Amino acid sequence: MQAFLEVFDIYLLEAVINGILLGGVLALLALGLNLIFGVIDVTWICYAELVMIGMYGMYFMVQYYGVSYFVAAPLTILLVAVLGAALHYLVIAPLLTAPPINQLLATGGVLFVLQSFATVAFGIDFRNLGIRLPVLAFGDMNFSYARLLSFAAALVGMVAVYLFMTRTFTGTAIRAISQDRQIMALMGVDTRRIYLITSALGGALAGLAACLLVLQYDVHPFVGLSFGPITFLICVLGGLGNFIGGFIAAFVFAEIISLGGLFSDLEWGYVLAFAFFIVMMFIRPAGLLARRR
Amino acid sequence: MIGQGRLAAWGIGLAALVALPFVYRDPYHLHILVLILIWSFAYTSWSMMGRFGLVSLGHGGFMGIGAYVTALLWNHLGLSPWIGIPISMVAAGALALIVGYPCFRFRITGHYFVLVTLALSGIVLQVITATRDYTGGSLGYTPNRTSGNKLLALQFDDKTIWYLIALGVWLFGIVVWHWVDRSMARYALEAISEDEDAAAAAGVDVTAEKLKITLLSALMTALAGAIYCQYQMFITPDTVSGIAVSLQMVFAAIVGGLFVSLGPTVGAIITILLAESLRIGFGTKAVGWDNLVYGVLLVLFIIFLPKGILGSLLDRLKPQRKVPRAHEQEAVQIARPGT
Repeated sequence: MQAFLEVFDIYLLEAVINGILLGGVLALLALGLNLIFGVIDVTWICYAELVMIGMYGMYFMVQYYGVSYFVAAPLTILLVAVLGAALHYLVIAPLLTAPPINQLLATGGVLFVLQSFATVAFGIDFRNLGIRLPVLAFGDMNFSYARLLSFAAALVGMVAVYLFMTRTFTGTAIRAISQDRQIMALMGVDTRRIYLITSALGGALAGLAACLLVLQYDVHPFVGLSFGPITFLICVLGGLGNFIGGFIAAFVFAEIISLGGLFSDLEWGYVLAFAFFIVMMFIRPAGLLARRR
Repeated sequence: MIGQGRLAAWGIGLAALVALPFVYRDPYHLHILVLILIWSFAYTSWSMMGRFGLVSLGHGGFMGIGAYVTALLWNHLGLSPWIGIPISMVAAGALALIVGYPCFRFRITGHYFVLVTLALSGIVLQVITATRDYTGGSLGYTPNRTSGNKLLALQFDDKTIWYLIALGVWLFGIVVWHWVDRSMARYALEAISEDEDAAAAAGVDVTAEKLKITLLSALMTALAGAIYCQYQMFITPDTVSGIAVSLQMVFAAIVGGLFVSLGPTVGAIITILLAESLRIGFGTKAVGWDNLVYGVLLVLFIIFLPKGILGSLLDRLKPQRKVPRAHEQEAVQIARPGT
């Protein structure tokens, strides 16, 4: 019995830590989505599909053209950033004054486009990078280097965005617009330019997430569906546009999924996370950190 | 509201539709027609809510419940679909109430409502996949073929019978649509979609009205799922539930036209014919092409033609018609900014 409990605790601890590591990447995704929502007031339903395209970018650069991982990563980030800016320019900009639901549905259309574009162009095979990172054994617990690396890189990415937002003029303008979009135009800030930069930044974060996720998961056209919905729920749970709330919610969700997966199948972890989300929506409709009115 | 001429047109159209399978018996074309009718019914069910600004991405969940509960009751308990379908509808309706009541009570609207319902269809999809011991998981599920009474098992080999069943269900959907359209609930719900506070001040019970239409819509969607399952005799989590199915409903309803009764039907005709012709034209190479075209169309429609094909056509034909309702004037004012 004693032995059983010890084994169980080790697994529990391992699951908790893996949850934290997963939370890092989810927090990165949530940050990108929150940025777009906070500044432009649009939800990109297709955000995870941008990540998917980025993962394909990584795959082809590394596998087909033999580019080193560390050269391919910046290129992928750039590629997805351009994609984000294009998405804003082509789809969101004409709909800026339309009702928010229409914007949401239009990005839903983009989701279809990107998914089926990947199906048509790359086929439905599962592909992986073929990079096998060693597994770190710590006591009786095993952690993959891929996860540790992702966690560290996600944190670095978030700090970089934080510095950009607080230390540069453009970053300050972005934060100001998220507070009041009408006044900033009068203050001589070109809102259209800021929107485009924000979209590119959001895309870049998706690109970074793609570089990290491709280390852990196989890429296929529908990979976005496996973490896309979770990302939205994290953002809503944290309060759409609330960066800190999103950060905390990402870890809460990652723990639920990881621990739920420990006790039963991974799907039940997801079911638990979704159910938790719905319950939380009723208790705190405006997000975890929102003040009650 | 329906004038003599329109009534006559409906009657003639219906008579032609009923007579069709007795004149023309090509099984493949009948199959396409049955699919169009069943999906039209599902899309109509969605649009009953969607037209009042209640954009739900949870309908994939209701449809999945309708299909899976009916099939599971038949296979495991031997319960005839005649009893199983009502049970599955009750299950979907109960779920709709459980999620809907707090949503409306706490005034979760706009983006937030969309995302809560998105979580709902996520849950249903994951539960179906997770309980793979019973549902077969993502490999799909087949109701057992009956050896006894076909009527009792609601399994028919003859496409003509299925065509007539699907036609009846579809007609039922259209009738319900018109019934809502002519009821007081429509005015209440339109007021709510314009401004909840003003509607409440004018004496509309906002929560109750929204719940009623949500319940109706969920029940009908579950029925569509069950009928689809009985017809196809094979369901997978991805074809009857999940976010993709929900988005497909939204897409078809918007392409056809949200605010006219036949809009979702037109949407279903366009999407299914598109998918089928691409499938036949390109064979296995077409995998993905239909969704690519869908996606591009959806984006273009929302930007340029938010009232849908049929809605815009009807407007073009009758420019001097009554003053458009406020929410039809510009882009589809499905939800208000800032709510």
